[in-house]
Amino acid sequence: MTYRFTVNGDPVEADVPGMRRLLDTLREDLGLTGTKEGCGEGECGACSVLVDGEVVDACLVPTCQVEGSSVQTVEGLAADGRLNLLQAAFLETGGAQCGICTPGMLMAGEAFLASRAHASDEAIREAIAGNLCRCTGYTKIVEAIA
Amino acid sequence: KLTGVAKYADDLVFPGAWYGATIRSTEPHARLLGIELDDTFDWSRVVVVTADDIPGENIVSLIDDDQPVLVPVGGEIKHQAEAVALVAAADRSTVREARRHIGLRTERLPAVFDPMKSDQQFAQYVVERGDAAAAMAAADQIVEGTYRVGHQEQLYIENQAMIAMPREDGGVTVHGSLQCPYYIHKAMKRALAMGDELAVVIQAETGGGFGGKEEYPSMIALHASLLALKCHKPVRMIYDRHEDISATTKRHPAVIRYRSGVTHDGELVAQEIEVIMDGGAYCTLTPVVLSRGTLHAGGPYRCGNVRIVGRAMATNTPPNGAFRGFGAPQTEFAAEMQINRIAEALGESPLELRRRWVYEEGDVTPTGQVLRESVGGSEVLEAAAEASAFDTHRQRSAEARERRGSGARLASGVGLALAWHGAGFTGSGEVHLASVASVELTDDHRIRILTASTEMGQGTKTIFPQLVADALGVEYDEVEIAPQDTSIVPDSGPTVASRTAMVVGGLIIKAAQELRRQVEEETGRSFADSYREAAPRRIDEQFRPYPGEPFDDKTYTGDAYPAFGWAAAVAKVDVDLDTAEVTVREFVAADDIGHVIHPVLAEGQVEGGSLQAIGYATIEEMKLVDGRYLNDRLATYLIPTALDAPRIHSILVEKPFSGAPHGAKGVGELPMDVGAPAVVAAIHDATGVWIHDLPATPERILAALTNSPMPSAPGVSMEAPEPETPPIEDLPAGGDEIPLQAPTDPPQDFIK
Repeated sequence: MTYRFTVNGDPVEADVPGMRRLLDTLREDLGLTGTKEGCGEGECGACSVLVDGEVVDACLVPTCQVEGSSVQTVEGLAADGRLNLLQAAFLETGGAQCGICTPGMLMAGEAFLASRAHASDEAIREAIAGNLCRCTGYTKIVEAIA
Repeated sequence: KLTGVAKYADDLVFPGAWYGATIRSTEPHARLLGIELDDTFDWSRVVVVTADDIPGENIVSLIDDDQPVLVPVGGEIKHQAEAVALVAAADRSTVREARRHIGLRTERLPAVFDPMKSDQQFAQYVVERGDAAAAMAAADQIVEGTYRVGHQEQLYIENQAMIAMPREDGGVTVHGSLQCPYYIHKAMKRALAMGDELAVVIQAETGGGFGGKEEYPSMIALHASLLALKCHKPVRMIYDRHEDISATTKRHPAVIRYRSGVTHDGELVAQEIEVIMDGGAYCTLTPVVLSRGTLHAGGPYRCGNVRIVGRAMATNTPPNGAFRGFGAPQTEFAAEMQINRIAEALGESPLELRRRWVYEEGDVTPTGQVLRESVGGSEVLEAAAEASAFDTHRQRSAEARERRGSGARLASGVGLALAWHGAGFTGSGEVHLASVASVELTDDHRIRILTASTEMGQGTKTIFPQLVADALGVEYDEVEIAPQDTSIVPDSGPTVASRTAMVVGGLIIKAAQELRRQVEEETGRSFADSYREAAPRRIDEQFRPYPGEPFDDKTYTGDAYPAFGWAAAVAKVDVDLDTAEVTVREFVAADDIGHVIHPVLAEGQVEGGSLQAIGYATIEEMKLVDGRYLNDRLATYLIPTALDAPRIHSILVEKPFSGAPHGAKGVGELPMDVGAPAVVAAIHDATGVWIHDLPATPERILAALTNSPMPSAPGVSMEAPEPETPPIEDLPAGGDEIPLQAPTDPPQDFIK
């Protein structure tokens, strides 16, 4: 079955079984390995991507579900070789250490910023509560998003 | 990392690669009688590897030679999830199908789960100074305590992963997620019977280690290599989270007993300490973990008469291994609990007591080491106490406790802890390692650092070029770092023990200084101006012992570490008095790391380590039944989320160590030692109860609050439940064969 959707603005066609995890379609069929797998059961958020602006765990979403949708991954954040504002903030504050949670964390952060909610400590923590990080203790990630 | 371009092991593409999987035991102790391949399956589509396929020794080389790469037929299975056979195929579904057709025939043997009942000892150390027994007898008051800690999972977010590529020359190159390339290199040489050049290890971008990728990657590298050699294709061994938690090493559980003798005027005159660690089924790094745990068990306090006995025992549980802090978080939790209980017994403030007892320059440790310099205990204590307004908060929670009625729902408290952490390898470790690190001026006039020290998020690749650029007087961008590939870089030792910045960082500074001297002497101009004209060369710098008393491994006397890092933490918690749930509201950490090379990275280490310690204190517990981890998924083994985490305020203190050219002492492990005792002290301050067992879960706190029996001790497996026989009336009518019931927890499929 062929599914059509956009990834980071570019139209793609994925000829995969409908129940194939979006994570595998992105990583293995489209070669976008920036999205990571940490647990495969929706606990860690390392595979967070945006589907029509909503943060989802790509390990829990079957590819058939994104037919016609707009998918955003970490690869779409930087433009013309320049980091976007949130990426630059992560770099400056030390929000990334080992980097494996970073792509998912960035996507959750982007969704939070797009929501234009007040960037209180509590609200940011709520927004990234589905994304586990074992390196930073979250303090610098919260700073980067604020 | 920020753009998604960084390649972690699972991101690497090897065309035509097969997928590997491990067949594991489902019993804690058994004789392996046979590995049976069901002949209804077409075995030509896969390769199967057993112990018979190992060309070299069937040993995962480390300290002791007890752990096999694969359990041989006739051999003993010693723990659940032990590797017995391997299978690989061109696609995942074939692997999945094949493993369903492989059976293990075993004969069950009695299993030991409690280290106190084990008769197999991995290691024992005795540290003795003065006469503890006599001083104890003469003491005015004796405080006793027993403290227990359970397993802790490293829970790096990137699972273990290794890809092996067979080469035409008969060798194998492995690419993987790892901390110590040369551990794997050595293990491959022995088990695969390969020379130095045939075994090549290359680190991929590594998504966290925390010790969990210190020794276990050797096992996976061997498994992937064996499959690759048999199928003549690259083989990917990528664990999923479930397999990773089930099979890989954890922090050692421990039971720690104290007897402390004090005088009426508040002096600590005697300490008798017993440390028992559970090593699991194989030795791995247990003796070294025990050694560090034993050496730190007295805490950072002056005492003339000390006797510490440390023992590590074998049990039929998966082997325990390295985890940030390496034995010290276990014993220092206990040491700090004991100090707090002594303060309580003496009616003193825990801050005051520590002010009096903490080591100062010139004091002598239980191994007879004189602390000559870089002793920052008082400084970190005062810094943390002041920044957190410890005294004020303690006063407030005391008043609140007084006023609190029986209907109160919430209690707040503040807790303090202090710790020391030996920097670098224990005892004579660095001397035995004799690490080499190099700085090179290449043929095309580039400056390149050659070390085997790995980056796993802690910042090696940032600070090394910074140190070398400073030493050479060039810009940061002019210095490169060679890939962590054993065919290129020298053996600068493992990336562990917070030794990278201090030890290896020191070596590259010395190498850079020598390079600068040579070039400037030849050209007569500054290095920065003239290195592009200088002849290529490589300066190798080998470790030379730090000044001080050499450590004696037999008597456990002398300088156990070249220097110590010092850490203090203050935690403020809320305890829900109905549910006993603990929320850590605020956390202040002050750490003396000698010299701050990069403030943002150093703070990142302190904050991350602090949160791991808070998790250790409150929620992280492995439960075991029949020697198997029960909560072996991320849905059931919980770590702190951003909502569980307090804002962590870190204070960096600098008391330089003169033995390192830059004065740095290492930072990674320090914060892990203080978090748990600070949180448990805060729980006591809030509720008035001491929780002696980690983690301080709601169940344990409620039991203490209501004077009920404590839940089972952490870290000790429950026996297997008796198989349930269905009651007679449930039997199917008609005399049919009773359908076999699936076990309540079926052996898990490790493949996605």
